[in-house]
Amino acid sequence: MNISPDYFASPADPGTLSKLRHRLGLAAEAEGLLDVAYTTIDSPLGTLLLAATPKGLVRVAYAVEDHDRVLCTLSQRLSPRVLRAPRRLDAAARELDEYFSRQRRVFDLPLDLSLSKGFRQLVQRHLPEIGYGQTRTYRQVAELVGNPRAVRAVGTACATNPLPVIVPCHRVLRADGTPGGYVAGPGAKQALLSLEAAA
Amino acid sequence: MSRGMKQPFEKVVEQHGGTVLRVCRVLLGVHDAQDAWSETFLAAMRAYPDLPDDANAEAWLVTIAHRKAIDVLRARKRQPAPVGDVPDVPNGLGIPDAEDGDLWQAVKALPDKQRQAVAYHYVAGLAYAEIAGILGGSTDAARRAAADGIKNLRKNYPGATTKGAPA
Repeated sequence: MNISPDYFASPADPGTLSKLRHRLGLAAEAEGLLDVAYTTIDSPLGTLLLAATPKGLVRVAYAVEDHDRVLCTLSQRLSPRVLRAPRRLDAAARELDEYFSRQRRVFDLPLDLSLSKGFRQLVQRHLPEIGYGQTRTYRQVAELVGNPRAVRAVGTACATNPLPVIVPCHRVLRADGTPGGYVAGPGAKQALLSLEAAA
Repeated sequence: MSRGMKQPFEKVVEQHGGTVLRVCRVLLGVHDAQDAWSETFLAAMRAYPDLPDDANAEAWLVTIAHRKAIDVLRARKRQPAPVGDVPDVPNGLGIPDAEDGDLWQAVKALPDKQRQAVAYHYVAGLAYAEIAGILGGSTDAARRAAADGIKNLRKNYPGATTKGAPA
């Protein structure tokens, strides 16, 4: 179809569309329809996806987790009303920037842990008690949450942490002092530990 | 998408935002199109959780845009007619830019059904059966409205061609 190349068939100019999409994010927020807002930021560990519900930050994802897949999971598990709307993530983005430039040791953000249930969520709630630059073993964390025999379950809780970096599962190590597993690989875990040790 | 999987609404906006904007431009002109686009996607986002996973998202969005455009046209009719000469330059009153002004005048002059059928078939690429669902009436009537619309446009706007139109 080409009634007029300018009018009917040409792609709408990208400037207009991006303005309209930005405006949609604001209107959806104002109308209480923005169930999941997300953005992406650059970090020393690659691009991070940040997502938040009205309750708080709900997901931090490394690129290796495949951001499109992460968004599909959020759409299924929380709500399909998902939009790229950076404003809700401004504070999280700023605090992560400060953390990676060693100007922040504690995150002060409302969190939404609703992606985790039961024991996993319990463990994730307790992880921020491990201070910046410190480490614990999986066994010590099991003791911390009052279930000293659940070492393996603590490992699972760390491996399924929906908020890496912010909820510091990277501070939990094997009993022999080696890093153990990490969603973005042991190298990323070591990088975070080194960052905190150097501060 | 596999069954039971609803993609994030952001993907719907990404995939269909451009088409819906072009449809709104044909229905309303450049100026009002933006408001209609915003209204359409806000309403769509509200209803999105209830949309069946296997629904045709584009036809669904065009249906919403159709209703929003009718609302805009009704509101426009309630406003008093402009006084004096209509200027050739954009004036923020819904008169589009000069470059698409001639075609827009021809599009605007079409009967509503023809303009809608042209937008939904030639811009959104919907099948006539889907267009009949939006406009009411039969598939044949939808096909006829689109054909008459194109014929009228060719008559009133000789630069118009229909190269590459969907079958």
